[in-house]
Amino acid sequence: MPSVYTSTVIAAPADRVWSVIRDFNALPDWTEFVVDSRIEEGLPSDKIGCVRAFRLADGGVIRERLLALSDYDYSFSYAILESPMGVENYISTVKLFPITDGGHTFAEWSAEFDCASGREQELIDHIGTNVFLGGLTSLKNRMGG
Amino acid sequence: MVSVRRSTVIDAPIEAVWEILRDFNGHDRWHPAVRRSHLDGGKRTDQVSAVRNFELTEGEHLREQLLSMSDEDHSFRYSMVESDIPLQNYIAEVSLKPVTDGNCTFWSWSSRFETPKGREQELAKLVAEVVYEAGFEAVRSRVTARQPFAQQALQSSSTSAAIANEAALSGMAIGIDRHGGPEEMRPIEVTAAPPGPGEVRLRQTAIGVNYIDVYCRSGYFDLLTPLGVPGMEAVGLVESVGEGVRHLSPGQRAGYACPPVGAYASVRTMSAALVFPIPDDIDDITAAAGLLKGMAAEFLLHRVHQVKKGDVVLIYAPAGGVGRILCQWANNLGATVIGATSSEEKARAARDAGAHHVVLPTDRSLEEQVMEITKEHGADVIFDAVGKDSFDHSVAALATCGHLISFGQASGDIGKRDISSLASKSVTISRPNFGHYTDTPQKIAAITDRLFEAIRRHVITVDVGRQYPLSRAADAHRALEARETTGSSILIPDDYQKGQK
Repeated sequence: MPSVYTSTVIAAPADRVWSVIRDFNALPDWTEFVVDSRIEEGLPSDKIGCVRAFRLADGGVIRERLLALSDYDYSFSYAILESPMGVENYISTVKLFPITDGGHTFAEWSAEFDCASGREQELIDHIGTNVFLGGLTSLKNRMGG
Repeated sequence: MVSVRRSTVIDAPIEAVWEILRDFNGHDRWHPAVRRSHLDGGKRTDQVSAVRNFELTEGEHLREQLLSMSDEDHSFRYSMVESDIPLQNYIAEVSLKPVTDGNCTFWSWSSRFETPKGREQELAKLVAEVVYEAGFEAVRSRVTARQPFAQQALQSSSTSAAIANEAALSGMAIGIDRHGGPEEMRPIEVTAAPPGPGEVRLRQTAIGVNYIDVYCRSGYFDLLTPLGVPGMEAVGLVESVGEGVRHLSPGQRAGYACPPVGAYASVRTMSAALVFPIPDDIDDITAAAGLLKGMAAEFLLHRVHQVKKGDVVLIYAPAGGVGRILCQWANNLGATVIGATSSEEKARAARDAGAHHVVLPTDRSLEEQVMEITKEHGADVIFDAVGKDSFDHSVAALATCGHLISFGQASGDIGKRDISSLASKSVTISRPNFGHYTDTPQKIAAITDRLFEAIRRHVITVDVGRQYPLSRAADAHRALEARETTGSSILIPDDYQKGQK
């Protein structure tokens, strides 16, 4: 099973970063590639099992289900239900760790998935660089570095 | 239940940090709170269930057991099974994660434990600051002490080595205007000339401080002529090599431990025959702290006399720099080790280092005590750096056909002796000189190969003491002369320290 792991250091306290990303409906606020997002069936965005449907800048639509959310661990996990990427059994986790020495945040974004044979590296590169690193970089900018 | 968590980011790749941390029995090589570590018998350092015994710098002892270790997750967990510090049910986890967009490492160290009522905060603070945060700083200075310079040197070696070769390299050193106290030491600007045939130019990263440096500074030894630069031991990176030098190349980590003086400098050009490569798994600070003493112990135990299983070995000053390594190594070679020292505290240190017996000053002479311990056999070999005060006692404590190795004179010159009396026991006496055992690259390679292997296998431990900026070398000398130090003091060139920030 291919897996992707991307991490970075964000120059802001973990509870501030968490307050931005814990909202499962907030991708348009902190990423560059999501144009709009809504939670299906009018559920609250921190209800486990809710589904977000969002549109990408290039027109693609993705639906993802919230699998787990922990304020205690500063982490959430989700699965892709529908996407143009051609991935199956895609499960991803975002997790923050306070860096006690300096008060900043270590952030990691990882995923595992299945895909058509031969496309593994292409998808790992795309997800790792364009989605995760891109997302973390814009999050860093939003948090002021 | 108290829980403590501390975390930091280390500016080095995860492999470099993990290599240091995964050695469960190696924390005495980097953690300032741990003076000594050894494993209960029969287990390896990365074997789950291994128990390590720590002697802390403050004197306390504790035992900890490895519960799990994962090279995949870069993490391990351990519990405390016995401790002089009242932490109960202590379970801790060390975990590293890579920071993928910066090639550095996130390090988390956490634990849960119970304490006697009312001492929760005090002990949580101790664990957080003295253990975890101090550990972060120690590892940070170790990994960054070899990373950035190596990269810098490698990057520049292909493009600008030729140019660097032509120009003098400027840096700073500690100069002595005239023989005297520490106040005579002052930072000076120096340049290292391009290396001539058979020479090497080093950018130094860590410099060892030895008591002989004090003698050079004060003028007691005639090894330094003012204005001169003291120091006999350092580690750094090869910046460039002169014609005919084949065992070193630019960018390589290398070190030396020998006269001539001149090690208290950030850059140095010297004879390449004296300089040798340092293996990747021995970091700069360990090497700078251990080369001179470790090389001395190597040739004393293997070349001046081949100590073998069953030999009775008497070692003076067994708690001192060379003496401690002699005890550890002689014990490992299977000898019966007797330490001769002056206080109960030093006797403990000698026993910890592997001395089976310790003799202290009493109303009975040293030779009487040694003869009693050895059932009138005496010592087969004696390592004596005391000199004047000990010489006659040493001869009297020797076994028939015994070997007295006099390698120093801390108490003064031995003076003239009549050798005919030595026939009563067929005594052999050696007065070895470090320089004669280390004057060719081949001899040095043989000594250092065995030394590095002994460090790797924890046969001997290098006792790293305080680190000072090179510009504060005088403070290092003051502490050394005041006998305030434990372990070898290290000087770090100031420009190099700044480069790390």
